[in-house]
Amino acid sequence: MDFELMINSFPKLLNAAVITLKLLSVSLIVGLFIGLLFAILRLNKNVFINKFAYSYSYVFRGTPLLVQIFIIYFGLGQIEYLRSTFLWVILKEPYWCAIIAFALNTGAYTSEILRSAFQTIKPGIIEAGRSLGISNKIIFYKIQIPIAIRQSLPAYGNEIILMMKGTSLASTVTIMDLTGVAKYIISTTFKPIEVFIVAGGIYLFMTFVIHNVIKFLEKKYSFNS
Amino acid sequence: MELLAFGDTGWGDELFRATLMTIVVSITAILIGFSFAAIFTPLKLSKFKSLNLIANIYTTVVRGVPELLVIYLFFFGGSGAIMFVASMFGYNEYIEINAFITGSFAIGIISGAYSTEVFRGAIQSIDKGQFEAAKVLGLNKFKQFYKIILPQMLRLAIPNLSNVWQITLKDTSLISVTGLVEIMRQSYIAAGSTRDPLFFYSFAAVLYLLLTFLSMKLINKLEVKYSRGY
Repeated sequence: MDFELMINSFPKLLNAAVITLKLLSVSLIVGLFIGLLFAILRLNKNVFINKFAYSYSYVFRGTPLLVQIFIIYFGLGQIEYLRSTFLWVILKEPYWCAIIAFALNTGAYTSEILRSAFQTIKPGIIEAGRSLGISNKIIFYKIQIPIAIRQSLPAYGNEIILMMKGTSLASTVTIMDLTGVAKYIISTTFKPIEVFIVAGGIYLFMTFVIHNVIKFLEKKYSFNS
Repeated sequence: MELLAFGDTGWGDELFRATLMTIVVSITAILIGFSFAAIFTPLKLSKFKSLNLIANIYTTVVRGVPELLVIYLFFFGGSGAIMFVASMFGYNEYIEINAFITGSFAIGIISGAYSTEVFRGAIQSIDKGQFEAAKVLGLNKFKQFYKIILPQMLRLAIPNLSNVWQITLKDTSLISVTGLVEIMRQSYIAAGSTRDPLFFYSFAAVLYLLLTFLSMKLINKLEVKYSRGY
């Protein structure tokens, strides 16, 4: 065991963990909006809109995240037209490509989580709202959404942890996140176990924190409390 | 379509072989995972706290650390570990283990952690009376498990195992970083030499979709088979 290496690499890896957290938080926020949008589209009665939303989530859940990142980072740059638009400012940066891929990916999973949460809301609750004379819009924002959020918290917590692990793929498109830096240190020192313990420890700590925050929120928003 | 021609002119045969490789690696990995689950599930359900702890450390660490990091650990540390064990037996030559073995072991260990949780959940949701009934019938421990518990456990586990299979199948794409020529690696090579990444990565996505779609169909059939009588 090379303890000196472990101590020396800790600050470097901690700095890289900040990038991981940035990637995670931005993609989760964007992904939540995408997820909400597609969950609403899934509940639409129009067959075409419904099918469109379903195929979006099917494709993004059925293919590896790595393929999605590569299509966006390597593939989209190939389209001449895109290179001339303002989108190119975003698409030439690996950082934004990774975030787009992560957001679309987590959006697909989130839309499934939210859809099932919306579907488990008892019709009686919505009817109760209607009979109180509340408008459909307010029923949706003030009754359906809060209930759906509570219902989907446990599953969404898992999704956050999966996404945190997913951000490690950013290292494949040259971003020096926690995994990227860990790989760099491993390949220069050939001490995989030491680096794995430190980097893995940081990841585990983040998992632990996310897990407990979600648990706290679940308790806070449960009916019984 | 020329790009997908079989033979020397296109990438059709290469991609076909790569798809087979993805299937073989996925199956190997999930089987390795099952053997890990066969070891760790009993530990999880054991009465002894220390055995529980070992199993909990395994599932927590593996499920809390990115797959890619585990693959790098195996890729860079795998041959070192084997050489260390070999040196204890007096063998000091350089040993290199190939990408297939490292890759399927790395993914297998990850998939094993998920399988362990699935099996634990399934066994715990079998009615207590079934265990007692098996004992009362005077079957030995082995038969109690194989004839009474296992079939019921499988019925409960299959829906969740199909998720584990999907995760495992998609995780094999990460082995491409070690140089094993599966779908992702082959697409990378093809994209590099034809300068057409958009086409090849999209085609890779289609291949993965096809694999997940077909395996879901198969698993649904299994599900029907094991749900007989319910």
